[in-house]
Amino acid sequence: MATHHLQTPFTDEVIRQLHAGDVVYFDGTLFGIRDLTQIYMFDQNHEPPVSLAGMPCIHTAPSLKKIGDKWEKICIGTTTSTRMDRFSPDLIGRYGVKAIIGKGGLYEGSLKAMQKHAAVYLAIVGGSAALETKQVEEVEEVYWEHLHPEALYKFRVKDFGPLTVAMDSHGRNLFEDVKEITRKKLPEIYAKLGITI
Amino acid sequence: MADLDYQIVEEAAKETYIRALCDLPPDVRDALKRAYEKETNPTAREVFNAIFKTIEIADKDKTLICQDTGLPIYMVKIGSKFPWNGYQIKNRLTIGARRATQEFPFRGSSTHPLTRVNPQTSVGEGLPVIHYDFVEDSDCLDILMIPKGSGSENMSKMQMFYPAHGIAALKKFVIDTVFETGANPCPPGIIGVGIGGTADLVMKLAKEAIVRPVGQRHHDPQVAEMEEELEEAINSMERGPMGLGGKITTLAVHIETAYTHITQNPIAINTQCWPARRSRAKIYPDGRVEYGY
Repeated sequence: MATHHLQTPFTDEVIRQLHAGDVVYFDGTLFGIRDLTQIYMFDQNHEPPVSLAGMPCIHTAPSLKKIGDKWEKICIGTTTSTRMDRFSPDLIGRYGVKAIIGKGGLYEGSLKAMQKHAAVYLAIVGGSAALETKQVEEVEEVYWEHLHPEALYKFRVKDFGPLTVAMDSHGRNLFEDVKEITRKKLPEIYAKLGITI
Repeated sequence: MADLDYQIVEEAAKETYIRALCDLPPDVRDALKRAYEKETNPTAREVFNAIFKTIEIADKDKTLICQDTGLPIYMVKIGSKFPWNGYQIKNRLTIGARRATQEFPFRGSSTHPLTRVNPQTSVGEGLPVIHYDFVEDSDCLDILMIPKGSGSENMSKMQMFYPAHGIAALKKFVIDTVFETGANPCPPGIIGVGIGGTADLVMKLAKEAIVRPVGQRHHDPQVAEMEEELEEAINSMERGPMGLGGKITTLAVHIETAYTHITQNPIAINTQCWPARRSRAKIYPDGRVEYGY
């Protein structure tokens, strides 16, 4: 289990060095997206007004307040990724996103896109918004403001993490590996509890 | 009916919502620390470290632990010697929940189920959820506030088994639900289980189970034994914190029971995430308010 301190944008070479189980912290740019952001992009065909190439995207609906022209953070946390799985292959393939950050993981199609285009899924600790908010230095830009709190956000982050490489660009999915370990234990657990299948 | 200033109830409804979001109960903190001591998996220990840092920042900055401020639930116990006006209690709890959302301010998550319009108040038709109970020989109005986030609430399940399925079916249902829900309810939290009652009561029992302080066992030894047995089984699954592998998959299994119909064998599961948030206010007839968990 290696620990990596990275800087955005991420190159393919850097991404290929990450393996399931590794820990990542990074500095630089982080884009915030959610269900509605991606429905707007992919189902309603709106091109993002900023390049996402080489960048990480986090699944979030942040609490922000606007003071004059400036957006201030109140609370920035992470939501469940599985709901947004269907957008992820295009986010990686079409827009060159190198890391998707969330909780719960994504499915097989997304894993294949990660293998093909050199991208990773980084699992954050769900529920730890206080920590994430602290690591966001600034809300640099809010694009598609009318969609807030599900707009497209550009954050500047420092030492953002810990993030666990849960799906790597070599076809490994830590969530699935762990699930398989548990699945193999189920018969023994059933037997101990007096459950006959 | 004595003249209680119901502004006190409104303030308590607001204050408990905010306190619950920022200040984790001591029993949950202790359970997380005990869990960390037992954990050997390096990824899992990293998850615990992030959890402890989060709690520390929320304490220091008086800020939200989790961004999901949830739907507000109030469990109200009305003492037999407390002078009360039911309508006022309901009304003031609703106003207090709305004021917490708008005055803190934090993201409101309540939404019309069809139009999906969010009034940014955390309340609306049917909300907050309020459960009432009545207590003998008490002069206190006890308000327990639970902000329930969707990551864990979305993993709720219930099943009307038959008597012929036996207790084994109930145990299997718990194990299979934990297996299927995996990382989604932000483990390691509390697995709340309701057994018995009717379809509506059984889920309410599961909800009551998640607010029992971690470390307390059910008063009935048979139920307590089942809690221990399931807890041990779940923590042998190696699913780990956030489903990334490890020894600790749950902090506790809590079961609440009620009598059921001779032809029924219902079970419900309501999971609670690691930030097992709750806050309590006890209001006395003289207007005194005591805050706790």
